[in-house]
Parts: sequence; C-alpha cells; structure tokens
Amino acid sequence: MTQHEDSLGGATPPRPASSGAPFLQVRELRVHFPTDDGVVKSVDDLSFSVDRGKTLGIVGESGSGKSVTSLSIMGLHKAGTARISGEILLDGQNLVGMAPDRVRQLRGKRMAMIFQDPLSAMHPFYTVGSQIVEAYRIHNKVTKAVARKHAVDLLDRVGIPNPKSRVDDYPHQFSGGMRQRAMIAMALSCDPELLIADEPTTALDVTVQAQILDLIRDLQAEFNSAVIIITHDLGVVAELADDIMVMYAGRAVEYSSAPDIFNSPQHPYTWGLLGSMPRLDRERTERLQPIKGTPPSLINVPEGCPFNPRCAYAGTNGDLSFTLRPEFRDVGGGHHIACHLGAEDRLRIWETEIRPKL
Amino acid sequence: MSTKTETGAANRRLGEDLLVATDLQKHFPIRRGLLQRQVGAVQAVDGLTFTVKRGETLSLVGESGCGKTTTGRLLTRLIEPTGGTITLDGRDITHLSSGAMRPLRRDIQMIFQDPYGSLNPRHTVGAIIGAPFRLQKVKTEHGVKRAVQDLLELVGLSPEHYNRYPHEFSGGQRQRIGIARTLALRPKVIVADEPVSALDVSIQAQVVNLMEDLQNEFDLTYVMIAHDLSVVRHVSDRVAVMYLGKIMEIADRTSLYERPMHPYTVALLSAVPIPDTSRRDNRERIRLTGDVPSPINPPSGCRFHTRCWKAQDLCKTTEPPLVELSAGHQAACHFPENTTKLTIDPTGAAGSAA
Repeated sequence: MTQHEDSLGGATPPRPASSGAPFLQVRELRVHFPTDDGVVKSVDDLSFSVDRGKTLGIVGESGSGKSVTSLSIMGLHKAGTARISGEILLDGQNLVGMAPDRVRQLRGKRMAMIFQDPLSAMHPFYTVGSQIVEAYRIHNKVTKAVARKHAVDLLDRVGIPNPKSRVDDYPHQFSGGMRQRAMIAMALSCDPELLIADEPTTALDVTVQAQILDLIRDLQAEFNSAVIIITHDLGVVAELADDIMVMYAGRAVEYSSAPDIFNSPQHPYTWGLLGSMPRLDRERTERLQPIKGTPPSLINVPEGCPFNPRCAYAGTNGDLSFTLRPEFRDVGGGHHIACHLGAEDRLRIWETEIRPKL
Repeated sequence: MSTKTETGAANRRLGEDLLVATDLQKHFPIRRGLLQRQVGAVQAVDGLTFTVKRGETLSLVGESGCGKTTTGRLLTRLIEPTGGTITLDGRDITHLSSGAMRPLRRDIQMIFQDPYGSLNPRHTVGAIIGAPFRLQKVKTEHGVKRAVQDLLELVGLSPEHYNRYPHEFSGGQRQRIGIARTLALRPKVIVADEPVSALDVSIQAQVVNLMEDLQNEFDLTYVMIAHDLSVVRHVSDRVAVMYLGKIMEIADRTSLYERPMHPYTVALLSAVPIPDTSRRDNRERIRLTGDVPSPINPPSGCRFHTRCWKAQDLCKTTEPPLVELSAGHQAACHFPENTTKLTIDPTGAAGSAA
C-alpha cells in the first residue's frame, strides 16, 4: 500500500474538546454524483463531529461541498442521483443507508434545517401557519387547535409581530427577514436536537442578519441543540461558532476552535480567505490580497493537494503538493490541517508574511 | 491609443463636479381597477441631492428597498425621473429622449449585479463586448475584433475567449466580461450596481482590485451601489447612506466610518459581523428591530424614527434636513451622534485593543 492510500484511510475525525460521545459524528463521508461528463466528487472523505450545545461553522466557497454535506445529513439527496458512502452517526444511529421512512421520522423531530432562500423553501400555496402545523402534527399527536397555538407561540418566539393574525398569512406577504424567521420557527417546531443552518442570512440585509444571528444564538442556548452553520462569510462564523471547519474542493482543509482559526490559521487557503476580505475592524489596506485563480472542477480535482494550483507555497516542498494528497491531521491542540508545509514554515509565513498584511 | 491626450486633459480637471443630482425623485405609480387609476405611489427615490466628482468613487449604501438601485438607474437614465435634475459634465440630461441620450451613453455606463442575467446566453463573448462599438458606430483602429481582444486582456481574460459563450465562464469571469463591455467606449462614469456581491470571497477581491486598477488607468469615476459595508469602505472615497429613498448621511470614507453621525449609520456599522472572535463579547451592538417600512406610506417626519432608539416627538413631525455638520460631512438628523467624539463603539476596536 502506498503512503497516499494510507493517508486516505487514516483520517481521524476531529473531536471537540468536551467529553462524551458527540451528538453528530460524520466519518469518511463521500458524496459522488455520476454525470455524463464524469463523477462529480462533491464531498470526498470528510470527517467531523458536533456536540450538543455546540456550534460548528462550516466555511467555504461555492462548490466546496458544504451544502451537499448538509443535505446528506438530512437525507435529502434524491435516491439514485448521489452515491453516498461513509457514516453519519446521529446519536449513534447511522443515517447512511437508512430506510427513507426511518430518516423521515428523524427529520423535523431530531434534526431540522434552515435553508438559504426562504421564498423557495416555503410552499407559496399554503399559509405560514399551516406549514408549521404540518411539521408539528406529523411528530406529535395533537389536535389542530393545539398545533395552531403552538405555531402562534413559535412565531412570537422568533419575533414576528402580531403572530395571531400573521399565522394565516401566505409566505409572499412576509418580508425576507420575516420569512427567514418563519422558517426558523418551522425548523424549531419539534425542538430538534440538531439544527443545520445553510447560509441562513446570505439573502438578508445586514441589520436583519444581526437579528437572525442573535435569534439562532438565543434559541440554541435555550434548547441546547447542536448547530451547524454553513456560510461563506467568515464574519458570521466568528459571531456564532465554537469550532470552525474550512472546506475546499469537497474536503476539510482546516479545523479548529474559532479563536484558533482567526488568531493562528495554518492553512494557506484560510490565509487567502482572510486576505481577500476587506475588514471594518482594521486599518484600511491599499490592496486586497486575493487568492489567484478559481476553484477547481470537482470532476477533475487536481492531483496531490487540491489547492496546489492556487497556492503560493505549493512548490516549497519539492513536488510533494503536486503528487501526494496531504493528510488531514492533528497538528497540536486539536488544530487539524491538510497541508504539506512544515510546522515552522507555517508559523513563519503566518507571522511574517500573512498577518502583517491583514 | 488615442485616449492618451484626453487622459491628460481629464487629469487637470480631477475633482470638479462631473455628475450632479439635484432633488432627484422617482415615484412608481400604483394603478388599480378597470380604469387603471393611480391610487398611490412607491416613493423609491425622494429628493436626492449629491454630486460625484471626477475621478472619485461615491458609494450608495443601504438596506434593500432604500432606493439605491433606482438611483443608479436614474443616473444612467434607464428610467425616467419623476422630478429633479441630473447633469452630466455640465449638461442637463434629466429629460433627454432616448435618441438624444444615445451619444451620451459613451460617457456613462453601467455594470450589473447579476453576472448570469446580464449577458445574453446566445451571443459569443466577442459579440457581447463588441456590441457597444457597433451600436455607437465607433471605428476602431484595427477593427472591432482586435479592440475586443485588447479589452479581454485588459480585464484579465484571454483573447482566445473571443468565440466562447457566457455559460462557459465562471461567475467571476462573467463579471469581467461585463466590465470589459462597460469599458469598451471608454466612459467617464461607471455606475456599478452591486458588482461583487454575487461572487465568492476570493473572486470578489480579484474584481475589486481589477476595478481599482482600471480606475487608475483610465481616470474613471465610479458610482458604486453596494450593501456590504466592508467592501464599501475599501473601495470608496465618499459614501452616501440611504434609507427609504432619502440620503441620511453623506461623508468622505474616513469620517463616515470613524465618526458616523446618523444613528442609522451607527446601527448599520454595528450590525456588520466582524471576523474576530475576541470581539464577540466586548462589542457594543445596536440592534434595529423590525424591517424597513413600506416606501408606499413612508413614516412622517424623519423616515427612520420608527426604528431609531434616539427618536423623540420632534422626529415624528418634522423632517430633518440634510445639513453639513462638519467639513464635507452631511447628515439628516435632529439628534446626531456626538459630532466630535463617538459615543458608542460599533466595531469594538477600543475594547479589544485594551
């Protein structure tokens, strides 16, 4: 067996520092879509876990596999289109390969999702209230009147003004921020233990975004749920997440606690993301430092490290970056990265080349 | 290229008013019933007065529905203003017919937000970027094809992309194609409507840098419409904050971000998520509640009073005028934030520095 194959099999799931079995554990997840042009490897060997009461932020650009990961956890890939392998353990039960009926019993009750676009995620033909009631009555044997009262309470909880009358409104009568609140109410109707928020604030204005982030934070503190927040905005994860996973081309490239990611990031891609963002909290820089090139096609992922065509440090270890896929490993203190750069090089580059320019 | 001499002339005139909007209004009528009688109006833009100086970047920011996109379309005369005037380079263009406007379209061009919707999928890149030359009947030195290939190189694409179709490009590349088309006629003013908001973070930085380079090379004047306050700070010389069709505050970049005077600006700044975990706890936040009111029936007095934490009775009855509170810094507020020293710390910079 070559070293290359070794590194594939030897990936260890990063575990948060707290003890006990994590509520959600994803092990060596692979989601591939066969197409006429070839196999799209949307998620390729991904492992992570989330504890109850904790928030994991998944950061990456479009096509990095973050949404595909969340849809696989929820069991929302259409049967026959995706090839899923690996394990998704929700409180010990493996969701991969589970019968659709059994996943449906878990969905809504134990895990729920907030989608990016609240207009297309809600049915335009039914009132907001009836859509919340539907989810609640599937999992709870209650009368319509009780369920309706529950829906009104939920709308009130998420800050919809005048919930008693708004419960009978249709989605188009709500503003963008209110729709997103209504969807959060729907997701929370059965007190899910795992809440996945896929770009929950991307379509919203900054003031409404702040309201929604506050809401997610408060509700999590109250229900002690495990939360996964998926976004491309490093600012959003800095506000909410306990741990952060950075994804690139369907793989995790860096994983650590949130302060660690922002104060001592070790992967060149994370450096690139930080350098690309203009920041309100720093002196204005003359130039942004973009990552050169574009994200790779997931049909032809580059050999070796998938980031090598865009990485400024790809040549520093001979041709290692071009031939060998870097192992996703713990480099100390629970900080995981997949990079061939040596520890001293990483520290030196971050301290001398990257940090001063941010 | 022949623009060289013009560039020199433009340089001498840097800083003069190039685009002036005076009391600009756009009300969209709401019609109902069999006779389509007008029953109301969406007051999308209601009395904007501002100037754009040659060579500068002025950004319009605000929440959705504040009228920033409508303003951009008014400036480029894609829609007809209801009232007020627009002058471009000293010439009143407010009510020019589309025929009279056409020659002026060389001077004022637009970059659109959606790089997918703004390129015709059935035209090649060559046809898309070459269209301005054909429409304006501009003769180029070595033919249109050569001019288009030069433009492609200018925006960081390969001249070989000439015969490709838009679907073969990524979002960032499409936005570059849109920019190349905009630049074809060497405009004086470019109105860019959310040019980077549809792009990924790493690509966004590339396009921002490209737009800066082009501005320096061709002495362009930008009117940037955006909602991302971090990007706006990076690209702008001056910033106008809009709310419900009115300018709440307009100032140069430094004073707007360091000493915001209007409560709405302060609230916007404090809502921006900052990628720094150490500021999570020591940041003073102002949370606006609710949504922007409807522009059909905007609130009386100061339009922001329904969401403002400083609002008093005066704000409900009297509309505050946009007045200059310090050099180059105008705000429309009865109770502006401390004009010498900021009373709150929206970014949390002081807390984490301590």
